[in-house]
Amino acid sequence: MTNAIEARALGKRYGRRWALADCTLTIPAGHVAGLVGPNGAGKTTLISLATGMLAPTTGTVEVLGGRPAAGPGQLARVGYVAQDTPTYAGLSVADHLRLGAHLNPRWDAAMARARIEQLGLDPKQKAGKLSGGQRAQLALTVALAKRPELLILDEPVASLDPLARREFLQSLLEAVVDQGLSVVLSSHLVADLERACDYLIVLIGSRVQIAGEVDHLLDTHHLLTGPRRDPARIPEDLQVISASHTDRQTTLTVRTEGPIHDPAWTVSKIGLEDLVLAYMSRTADAARRPALEVQR
Amino acid sequence: MIWLTWRQFRAQTVVAAGALALLAVALAVTGSQLVHLYDTTVATCQAHHDCQIAIGAFESEDTFLQDLIPVVMLVAPALIGIFWGAPLIAHELETGTQRLAWTQSVSRLRWLAVKLSLAGLVSMATAGLLSLMVTWWSSPFDRLGMNRLDPTIFSERGIVPVGYAAFAFALGVTAGMLIRRTVPAMAVTLAVFAAVVAGFALRVRFHLIPPLHLTAPLNMSWVTQTGSFGRPGHSALLVGISPNLPGAWVNSAQVTTAAGRTSLGPALPACGPNFTYSACTAAIARLHLRQVIVYQPGSRFWALQWYETAIYLALALALAGFCVWWVRRRVS
Repeated sequence: MTNAIEARALGKRYGRRWALADCTLTIPAGHVAGLVGPNGAGKTTLISLATGMLAPTTGTVEVLGGRPAAGPGQLARVGYVAQDTPTYAGLSVADHLRLGAHLNPRWDAAMARARIEQLGLDPKQKAGKLSGGQRAQLALTVALAKRPELLILDEPVASLDPLARREFLQSLLEAVVDQGLSVVLSSHLVADLERACDYLIVLIGSRVQIAGEVDHLLDTHHLLTGPRRDPARIPEDLQVISASHTDRQTTLTVRTEGPIHDPAWTVSKIGLEDLVLAYMSRTADAARRPALEVQR
Repeated sequence: MIWLTWRQFRAQTVVAAGALALLAVALAVTGSQLVHLYDTTVATCQAHHDCQIAIGAFESEDTFLQDLIPVVMLVAPALIGIFWGAPLIAHELETGTQRLAWTQSVSRLRWLAVKLSLAGLVSMATAGLLSLMVTWWSSPFDRLGMNRLDPTIFSERGIVPVGYAAFAFALGVTAGMLIRRTVPAMAVTLAVFAAVVAGFALRVRFHLIPPLHLTAPLNMSWVTQTGSFGRPGHSALLVGISPNLPGAWVNSAQVTTAAGRTSLGPALPACGPNFTYSACTAAIARLHLRQVIVYQPGSRFWALQWYETAIYLALALALAGFCVWWVRRRVS
């Protein structure tokens, strides 16, 4: 199966600053993949490179096995909802659908109309007069009605209020089920991804810290609490992601394929948010260690 | 893509068409009266021996439009560059909508090509129609003035306005693409366009075709100024001429000695304060001075128009080519 996005040693430099440096990652198709990381991790740059908005300074990136935006055929396979969900303020909702119909060979006019109706948008309304949530829904409609094989969304809900955020992700997931398309969704809000994604990539400082199916990640990461002990005396088979100590207690986020037998530890399940935060809070020094990918 | 471009550019086209229609009505009504007036008074004035009165009366017709037209012709290309060229790409980059446009199933190259050619053609058509109307309306006045190569008239007639419009438009698009913000791009467009057009008219246009040189014995009927300059006792002779070459654009008219020197020698006593003008001119005639006149004859009006238009169109094309290269390579 081809990958949704495959980057090899990908880098983008603006002047002297590297927005993304030496990034190698693989996002398999057939998932709703969440790309998460702190601000400045290179998420938007990676997505801009994957959608062909930018040309890489170094390395290569392939989307569904092809070069991004290589031609009309490749463009037709990939839908994109950019950050802040841009729409033409002077054009009406109906104009946006007409735009999509004129510019896309596989345009699904009936679906687009039905979605607009279901959302309760007035087709004559100018896009500039829509609320943030409505505008995001319009941008999503244009991207979906294009009938892409892969939909890429860059922080689509970052500027929305919680209700609009929930509705947006809801309608995204419904469309995924209906159309069977792959999705790559970036966000710095893990709660959003937890609701929507079944695959997760944690990107920090251009490096993939961890990538894998959400269920598997949750199964292989544990939160251990126990009496305070020296970090050097932690068993070899546990990979410690983050550790915190009080006078008497040590709390570890660890990753292991096997069960944990040491009775000194209290083992508890970890939430996705804590898991991601554990990776984000790793020291800069630790983050430079080679990343491990979950093998299945 | 054509639909989207038209949809985005519709309002501007309607405004331009409205303004052109308004001007067309005003010019058609007054212009046909002017033609009639010209045919009945100025054209027949020789027979009636009242040419001075007829021409004077004719030239004071429709002074409002006579004053308005040069302003319109001067600012129209600049406005096209500022309001149609500069925002074309800059506005998309500013609002981020290029990210929507470039991820539809249309290549970025096609997106730019359609936008450039459609809006560019509307710009050129607007300037062309404007110039056509103005050239027709002004033709009786131009016939009287006989100086269509005059810099203020030349650039407001014929086909050069089309070249200006194309250049201003492409310049605006390029500035918008490089600066990525509409308002600064507008300012840069205006500044560069004004500088290029002024520099071209002052420095380049005269040399588009090698000018003619008229070197001949001094034609005393062209002498308009005689006298001397310098300190008393050491003053030198001064002779100024105004060549009577109908329709010609005279760049320089110099009086030289028979040997070709521009310093004409010591002042003539006959041209001093106590002598008459006729005595002075007679004394000058005895010096056998020569005249060197560098000029473009009026018959080259259309040749110069074509050359200048071609150069501006080439500049516009070069800028458009640069935009295509830039949008494929550099812009995000």
